Amino acid sequence: MTVTHLPTEKILDLYTRMLRIRRFEEMVGKLFAQGQLPGFVHLYIGEEAVGAGVCAALRDDDYITSTHRGHGHVIAKGGDFNRMMAELFGRQTGYCKGKGGSMHIADFEIGMLGACGIVGGGLGVATGAGLSAWYRGTDQVSVAFFGDGAANEGSFHEALNLASTLKLPVIFVCENNQYGEFTPAIHAMNITDIAQRAAGYGIPGVIVDGTDALAVYPAAAAAVQRARQGHGPTLLEAKTHRRGGHAEGEIAFLAGQDYRLPEEVQAAAASDPVIRLHTYIVEQGLIPPPQLETLDQDITGSVAAAVEFARTSPEPEIASIYEDTWV
Amino acid sequence: MARKTYIAAINEALFEEMRRDPMVLLIGEDVRIGVFAGTRGLHKEFGDKRVLDTPISELAVAGAGVGAAATGLRPVVDLMFGTFLYLAFDQIANQAGAMRYMFGGQTRLPLVYMVQNGTGASAGHHHSQSVHQFFMNMPLIKVIMPATPYDVKGLLKAAIRDDNPVIFLNHLALGGQRGEVPDEEYLIPIGQGEIKRSGSHVTVCSVGLMVHHSLKAAKELEKEGIDVEVIDLRTLKPWDEALVLHSVAKTGRFVAVDEGHMVCGAASEWAATVAEKAFHDLKAPVKRVTSKPVPIPFSPKLEKAVVPSPEEIADAVRQVLGTRVPA
Repeated sequence: MTVTHLPTEKILDLYTRMLRIRRFEEMVGKLFAQGQLPGFVHLYIGEEAVGAGVCAALRDDDYITSTHRGHGHVIAKGGDFNRMMAELFGRQTGYCKGKGGSMHIADFEIGMLGACGIVGGGLGVATGAGLSAWYRGTDQVSVAFFGDGAANEGSFHEALNLASTLKLPVIFVCENNQYGEFTPAIHAMNITDIAQRAAGYGIPGVIVDGTDALAVYPAAAAAVQRARQGHGPTLLEAKTHRRGGHAEGEIAFLAGQDYRLPEEVQAAAASDPVIRLHTYIVEQGLIPPPQLETLDQDITGSVAAAVEFARTSPEPEIASIYEDTWV
Repeated sequence: MARKTYIAAINEALFEEMRRDPMVLLIGEDVRIGVFAGTRGLHKEFGDKRVLDTPISELAVAGAGVGAAATGLRPVVDLMFGTFLYLAFDQIANQAGAMRYMFGGQTRLPLVYMVQNGTGASAGHHHSQSVHQFFMNMPLIKVIMPATPYDVKGLLKAAIRDDNPVIFLNHLALGGQRGEVPDEEYLIPIGQGEIKRSGSHVTVCSVGLMVHHSLKAAKELEKEGIDVEVIDLRTLKPWDEALVLHSVAKTGRFVAVDEGHMVCGAASEWAATVAEKAFHDLKAPVKRVTSKPVPIPFSPKLEKAVVPSPEEIADAVRQVLGTRVPA
């Protein structure tokens, strides 16, 4: 772990955001396995340090756009468990009234401009939010989260070029979990560091250990400061791992085909960001373990309450299919 | 009241709306210089920030329009040619065209994509297509294609004030068209068609350049004692179904004329609606006149032959009147 001089309060903030994501996602995985959730689900487990580290450097009025693996971003930005879980159940009380689902959760009140089912689909929108902040003369910033797969989309290159040319306050955060769906990133690009591509747009390209929240946070804070001060975008590449697969239940539709080496799976387990930060906090004696235990219990209780909220929430009325269309 | 060109009317609409609302900005390729003169002079009055030249990156610029509209701006995104919208398809179909609904009504998107559309310049396939039918299939996108200077000004102002995404198609061949444009401010409601020529024997429905071809056909048919009613829908989505059905109730005959293709095209939509909802008013089967199912050829002679001509329209009218035996 990065040796840090961050105040304990900040470290606890990072840990809380990460643990909230972890416990929520564990529950979602369980519910999916039980056949309780419709649709597709992509869990953020293993990548928590990225969303938490970046969002801890943001204000409530800053913007983010997200990916198909977006639950973690919503939670890291301050999203509400109940409305998220209800959306995953397709209920009326969900963030999108049951019209979005796992890959389309948004919370505009906290600047979360939406998860996105299209790889690379959020970069242009984040650039536009940055343009909006610049135009209105605020010092808000905008963050586009995306994966290594999106770095090979035209939208990545167009957005980085546009944002850097106009010097917009946008931070491009690449969560390099080393797999685009089931294909290793090394089979999809001729370089190993996506951050190198920043040079092509004349902006800083920064690599951080995306399993180390104490490394992600200061790197994100520096990029955010740069953007707020009007110096333009940064490409921040966080090297990380998916603890699970691409999608829950994938073993069934892959008919048992394996695509990851056992040593990779072990490496991912060994670098688990939540365990790493927990260990650091305990070893450094920053927070008494009982307090961490209480925090965990509180979060676990909130997740359970969210499931109850979702289950007891009504399904949307059929008539609502014609609502939220034209203004 | 003065006679002005179609392009001058576009220009006036942009000036007036940008003066009225500081949140209106123009972004796109060569908007400062104003390739088609529609945006000319705006940069001088409104400066770099509000008349923003972008790289040739349709996907990112279209996406930036979404992000800007979702966060308080009212962008007019000029992507030059209708065919260039294909490069931006993802952001229009998956983001602009769904965001409000997908996120349960959390946002509104006051956003105009403005392009030149259609034939008339012998510019070859990549600069001459009619793209409206693709966007008519996106449920939350409004589609407008005005045929006169009066209509283009009133509708562009209405489109800019609308809180929904609009595809605004200026017809490439009509830029130099002159017509009366009032000095005082006016708006034309989106979705309202207009009877451009009143008649009693047959209803001809069209938009854009085809309105002018239909009017020519009507003039020719007048010599044969045939009285044609020409409807200009002006807005392709939502389209003025009531106006068409009312007209067909009067004439009992319907010819749909469109510069797009027949398969899943605008003319087919109108014809199907009339056949379905006005069957008992019809004295003859409906008739569609559309472009031939080929790419747009370059040769002026061939280009002209691909799109419906006044002669073809007149022939279709004669057919539904039974004054001509079908070939």
